[in-house]
Amino acid sequence: MSRYLLPLGIFIALVLLLGVALRLNPRLVPSPLVGKPVPEFSLELLRAPAQTLSRGDLTGKVSLLNAWATWCVECRREHPLLVDIAKAGKVPVYGLNYKDQRPDALEWLRRLGDPYVASGFDADGRVGIDLGVYGLPETFLVDADGMIVHKHIGPIDRQIWETEFVPIIERLQGGSG
Amino acid sequence: MVFEQREFDDAEQLERYKTLTYELRCLVCQNQNLADSDADLAADLRREVYRMIREGKSNEDVVDFMVARYGDFVLYRPPLKAKTVALWTAPFVLGIGGVILLLVQLRRRPAAPMATSLSDEEQTRLDALLGKNDS
Amino acid sequence: MIPELGHFALITALTVAIVQGIVPLLGAWRGTPEWTAMAVPATRAQFALVLLAYLCLTWAFVSRDFSVAYVAQNANADLPLFYRISAVWGAHEGSILLWTLILAGWTLAVSIASGSLPEAFRARVLSVMGLVSCGFLLFILMTSNPFERLLPAPPDGRDLNPLLQDPGMIIHPPMLYMGYVGLAVPFAFAVAALMGGRLDAAWTRWTRPWTTVAWVFLTAGIALGSWWAYNELGWGGWWFWDPVENASFMPWLVATALMHSLAVSEQRGAFKAWTVLLAIFGFSLSLLGTFLVRSGVLVSVHAFATDPERGVFILAFLALVVGGALALYAWRANAISGGGSFRLLSRETLLLINNVLLVVACATVLLGTMYPLIVDALGLGKISVGPPYFDAVFTPLMLPLVFVLGIGPMTRWKGDSAGRLVRLLRIAFIVSVVLALVIVMVTGGFSALLLAALAMALWTIATTVQGLVIRVGSKPSLGQGLRALPRSFVGMSLAHIGVGIFIIGVAATNAFSTERDVRLGPGDSEELAGYRFEFVGVGDVEGPNYSARRADIRVFRGDQPVAVLHPEKRLYPIQAQPMTEAAVDAGFTRDLYVALGEPLDDGSWAVRLYYKPLIRWIWLGPTLMALGGLLAASDRRYRRRAPAPRTAPHEPEPGDPVAATP
Repeated sequence: MSRYLLPLGIFIALVLLLGVALRLNPRLVPSPLVGKPVPEFSLELLRAPAQTLSRGDLTGKVSLLNAWATWCVECRREHPLLVDIAKAGKVPVYGLNYKDQRPDALEWLRRLGDPYVASGFDADGRVGIDLGVYGLPETFLVDADGMIVHKHIGPIDRQIWETEFVPIIERLQGGSG
Repeated sequence: MVFEQREFDDAEQLERYKTLTYELRCLVCQNQNLADSDADLAADLRREVYRMIREGKSNEDVVDFMVARYGDFVLYRPPLKAKTVALWTAPFVLGIGGVILLLVQLRRRPAAPMATSLSDEEQTRLDALLGKNDS
Repeated sequence: MIPELGHFALITALTVAIVQGIVPLLGAWRGTPEWTAMAVPATRAQFALVLLAYLCLTWAFVSRDFSVAYVAQNANADLPLFYRISAVWGAHEGSILLWTLILAGWTLAVSIASGSLPEAFRARVLSVMGLVSCGFLLFILMTSNPFERLLPAPPDGRDLNPLLQDPGMIIHPPMLYMGYVGLAVPFAFAVAALMGGRLDAAWTRWTRPWTTVAWVFLTAGIALGSWWAYNELGWGGWWFWDPVENASFMPWLVATALMHSLAVSEQRGAFKAWTVLLAIFGFSLSLLGTFLVRSGVLVSVHAFATDPERGVFILAFLALVVGGALALYAWRANAISGGGSFRLLSRETLLLINNVLLVVACATVLLGTMYPLIVDALGLGKISVGPPYFDAVFTPLMLPLVFVLGIGPMTRWKGDSAGRLVRLLRIAFIVSVVLALVIVMVTGGFSALLLAALAMALWTIATTVQGLVIRVGSKPSLGQGLRALPRSFVGMSLAHIGVGIFIIGVAATNAFSTERDVRLGPGDSEELAGYRFEFVGVGDVEGPNYSARRADIRVFRGDQPVAVLHPEKRLYPIQAQPMTEAAVDAGFTRDLYVALGEPLDDGSWAVRLYYKPLIRWIWLGPTLMALGGLLAASDRRYRRRAPAPRTAPHEPEPGDPVAATP
């Protein structure tokens, strides 16, 4: 009798696995860069090609780095929230304009508001690759030492901001006094 | 499909490019490798693979580059780690173990008597006539 | 009106299916003949209703009724009639309706062809299939109704996915579904046997041809999918170990094992519990495949549009049906097990080794497909398991299987001697190995894998031919010998030769294919594998629902013109998705394959050229296998109407001589 139960036992395990799997998102690829320093990079500024945005700009304080583009529909959706976050002034927001056209990007910011302290212009996506960007929008939370402490893939809404980012920011900023 | 014109120093580099783009996954596609994908990101990553090969980097270097940025997800050949040991060993353990288990089980059963005084060839012909070689 | 009629037909079909699923089962259990007698009429009524619903949906497509949401999502006004009919199964809702129709059809077929089955048993079989139908009809009505209206109706629909607008793509799903669903028949037979607590030689005799026919459809469906992918996707590949491909391959592996296990059970009455278990596994894998394709848990190019609600439903259904069957198995398998005994070296043993290897192969594919899920579910991160893994582990499992394949048919039932087998087969073995060595050396493809694959393929073919020759030679004249060959034997031989041909095709293509990416402008030419490809130019063409850039390429061998190829880059405006139509010059010994890449700035184009030796053998093999299966299933002993048994057929006891099959 016992060995005849074996197939049923294996099947039950399979069903449980599949039940759990229904709640997972197979397309989400978490980044291995979380917990590691922001890689070295240097990009022309979107607004001022003569100036650069680099890793150093992300050190010395807690900051956000948001990868965005005008062709990205979801970026449009989260943009108002970024403007609010920038206005609140607790955390500076830097931008990574990924594989975009400069005139389109500038016009976009003009129309919708510019939450970014500065946006780096990543025309060919090389820096995006170094940051492990694959699906816009993506937002990195960087601490004062330049370590990536959190990354969110996909648009941010109020709830995600409150539950994922704010607690970490408060911890980091509270600690540094 | 999109394929770019790529110049290589020799056939070996071309082979390596083909192997790498075959074994690296396109992250934004519905289960395709870099070689077959039309996606922009795939084209960018192919460009990176090409660049690294031309710079003289080894296959491991290219793989490390991708994994550092995107994790193990980007490898279609799962790396041998603690969490993939079961994956890599199961087929052989099950295959060899299964056959051995079967033979051990069968040996325990009572054997049927087999008496014959015919030669092999005669026995085969007899079997054929009796239809015993039917599947 | 018509869509509403279709919807109503489905609701009525569900009601009938509920009756079909419950009443005859109760009748068989309680011994009430009026209830068991409901099985056949209920089956017929259910089929008629589901067919009606399906025809209503087809009508909605043919008449371009865009007020039906499903039609609007999958067809537009310009879609040719042929593709409008096939668009019915182009997406989730319609294809699951087709599934249900095919299930009703198989059930009907069983009800018609089963006159000689005992009433109670037959009622149970039809009821079990009816219960499965209930599940699907409920699923359609609750989560996937193809007759949903879209109001106000749009003036035009979206286009059918351009990838599906191809003849090969049209037959592939129905063939595959015929196979998947066909495995419900041995499943129902197995469950019915467990319920009745009895499994005799007659049961295996009934089950076997149904299994073989389902297997034939599955073989054809998979081969068609592979052939289509090669011709359509533009990269010359024919199998990618994609989760949905694997979902079709796993039931095939188990169905193959089941066919061979039924051979043991039929001839020797042994290992019946194992056969029943395999029959349950086979259909379970079909249902699992349905789940994987439609639930969104795995990422695949084949996956239908997904919805967590649907996934939950299918999983619950899967758990109920398969869990129920396996629970029944755990409870009742003891009653049906036991059987003839045989020595260690015997055909029975070799067939069981075949089974073990096939089931392990299936388990391997299942593990590889599910592993990313397991790792993710355990919180260990994300990994991918793709062709490099499957290619690496699958071949070592298959080669021993193919080796055993050569020995099995020559081995006697009950017991044989190693000496006799060696004497019988050593020439075939030596010839295979030597020939393989010669081929490897002549062609310069020095690889152990190639050598092993070729040797095993040749071994299969050689031993099968030898078996045929011995069989024919046992009769006084050639004519008599050929006529006396039973269909099942010829079918088996043909199928085994098909296996060898398939392996040769794979080995040759893997070892000796060449490809080249070149830049060609008008007037340029390129050499590949002794052929010269001349790029004449590119023009514009218009299709019924697309526009294309079409290249004109002439192929020569020396001075001899070989082919004119027209690869295209097509744009289907409604989907705005450019598609590569590769051009293939197909041949028995090689394919020449050309795909158009991107146009370059100076008027030249990126072109990819392939030379693929023996690639058609990859589909020739399965064709022979399918033909062999059809021959075997139509063997006289299955078509003979057995007199309705009053008592159970006599079971062979260990001491009995094995009866000759007339």
